Amino acid sequence: MAATGAHVATGRWEHFPHDADIGVRGYGASPGEACEQAALAMMAAIVDPATVRLEQAVDIDLEAPRLDLLLVDWLNALIYEMAERRMLFGAFEVKIDDNRLKGRAFGEAVSRARHAPAVEAKGATYTELAFVEDRPGQWRAQCVIDV
Amino acid sequence: MDLSRFERLSDTAWRIAPFGGMRVPAIVYATEDLMREMDDKVFDQVTNVAKLPGIVRASYAMPDAHWGYGFPIGGVAAFDADEGGVVSAGGVGFDVSCGVRTHLTHLTREQIVSVQPELADALFEHVPAGVGSEGEIALDEQGMNAMLLGGAQWAIERGFGRAEDLDRIEERGCASGADPAAVSEHARKRQRREMGTLGSGNHYLEVQEVAEIFDEKTAAAYGLVKGECVVTIHCGSRGLGHQIGTEYLRDMVISAQDYGIELPDRELACAPIKSELGQRYLGAMRSAINCALANREIIGHLTRQVFARFFEHGELPLMFDVSHNTCKVERHAIDGQTRQLFVHRKGATRAFGPDHEGLPKALRPFGQPVIIGGSMGAGSYVLAGMQTSERQAFSSACHGAGRRMSRHAATRAWGGRKVVDDLRAQGIIIKSPSLRGVAEEAPGAYKDVRAVVDSAEAAGLARKVAFLKPLICVKG
Repeated sequence: MAATGAHVATGRWEHFPHDADIGVRGYGASPGEACEQAALAMMAAIVDPATVRLEQAVDIDLEAPRLDLLLVDWLNALIYEMAERRMLFGAFEVKIDDNRLKGRAFGEAVSRARHAPAVEAKGATYTELAFVEDRPGQWRAQCVIDV
Repeated sequence: MDLSRFERLSDTAWRIAPFGGMRVPAIVYATEDLMREMDDKVFDQVTNVAKLPGIVRASYAMPDAHWGYGFPIGGVAAFDADEGGVVSAGGVGFDVSCGVRTHLTHLTREQIVSVQPELADALFEHVPAGVGSEGEIALDEQGMNAMLLGGAQWAIERGFGRAEDLDRIEERGCASGADPAAVSEHARKRQRREMGTLGSGNHYLEVQEVAEIFDEKTAAAYGLVKGECVVTIHCGSRGLGHQIGTEYLRDMVISAQDYGIELPDRELACAPIKSELGQRYLGAMRSAINCALANREIIGHLTRQVFARFFEHGELPLMFDVSHNTCKVERHAIDGQTRQLFVHRKGATRAFGPDHEGLPKALRPFGQPVIIGGSMGAGSYVLAGMQTSERQAFSSACHGAGRRMSRHAATRAWGGRKVVDDLRAQGIIIKSPSLRGVAEEAPGAYKDVRAVVDSAEAAGLARKVAFLKPLICVKG
């Protein structure tokens, strides 16, 4: 069920500092992969994604007028699903065509004892928002998460 | 920050003259040391706010200002609806009506210390805190609407609080003009199991000793006695407020162009107050304020239940409850004329001075209590609003210490276990479901709260009344 193994070879994520909160940045060979990596970066702000069992899949289907808004919508959809379902996610699959995103998040019910989440994500913001192709085949998706 | 870009008005007031589309000047209140420490982003953000339509007098930043979203954290700005003024979802933020309340216990430090570990365990067990925690109050559709309309008044009617608490909550515990119909299904769903939960991050419940009194008369009026203990609760509107912030920010980003608003930063997303979207947001945001007021009232009730197990008198009267992420309709004097303004405070506290009509009679001679949360090691302050604050910043003051280090840097600098052990050696018990969360909130990650409140006092925003030192801290 963990479909991210193949993507890890080309994609990666990192955090960047913000005074009170945390910046998330995903790199990938495609917009979808950059979104997967940005989602992993957001999860890593909350919990070590490797500790999340991939027991359940949640499908997310979104459309936005602009690509960068789609990134914010994607991260906010994950925040909503985590809060509503009381879940944490550890892996993602994303495909983007013409500002339409089809995504799948894999995870399990949150366990306060086992996961000990550090923070709760309140929302993805438009601060430091960028979703761009820096070089051919090198996409960068980033924004600050309010925690 | 580079101070050469400011005109120094006094030791604690710094002005930026309008440039590049600013409609009004920007003013930052802080000492020179705090100004030099401040992030350059505060300059960008406080000047961007000054570009928004209908802004009145100036865009302000408080002494604890730091890089926020659109507005700086510690930003204050007022808008006039009759002059095309806007309401900004970014200017209120995701955690609508996040705020602080302090309950008096009238128990001595010795009484608390005699049961400190057991009391800490009981509070941690009884007050839901952290990611994934759930409250015991389940709301159906009717109950949700009643809560969104009634705020703390709703909580008290349901038995989660005391009627006399309302005298000590802004707007008597209920924001008028709430419109539950403007609150989405997603926001409602996100809240249905979160009533009476603390949340995580920098939210906390602390038992604190009144360690120092700066103003005996005002402290006595507030019920603060040196050597006695209080309970301070910091949290907000939980998932409902976060979802409202998310949804309306997006709507405002997309529709700004339609309203002819040029956004200097998308996070400043806003809509004219006199527009359908602006009115809908105000209705939803006021519903979220009521959710936060109800939430803090319920947590206060849960705290009273725990104290009643340990002590004969568990009344815990409420000293005051203040919000610091809001937009409120207030009357302010501008050039000798009283005008109705929409005052945004993002990470800033309302701070009415003495004799203000908005204060309960018992507090009117002294000014509004302003509660400043510090880090879990450094302690907190109670201030009192000053009359000069009206002229300085629409009766506003700071809200906390402000971070000096990112979360990532904090986790590299300290381990959570060591932070807990070091604080225990200082007599402070930390209870948290996450050691990493503790490391991110370590005392060293925050600025010196004393420097911030001294700045606020010197700037005429609010004066010091008491210093509170933590004994127990429950973190989410």
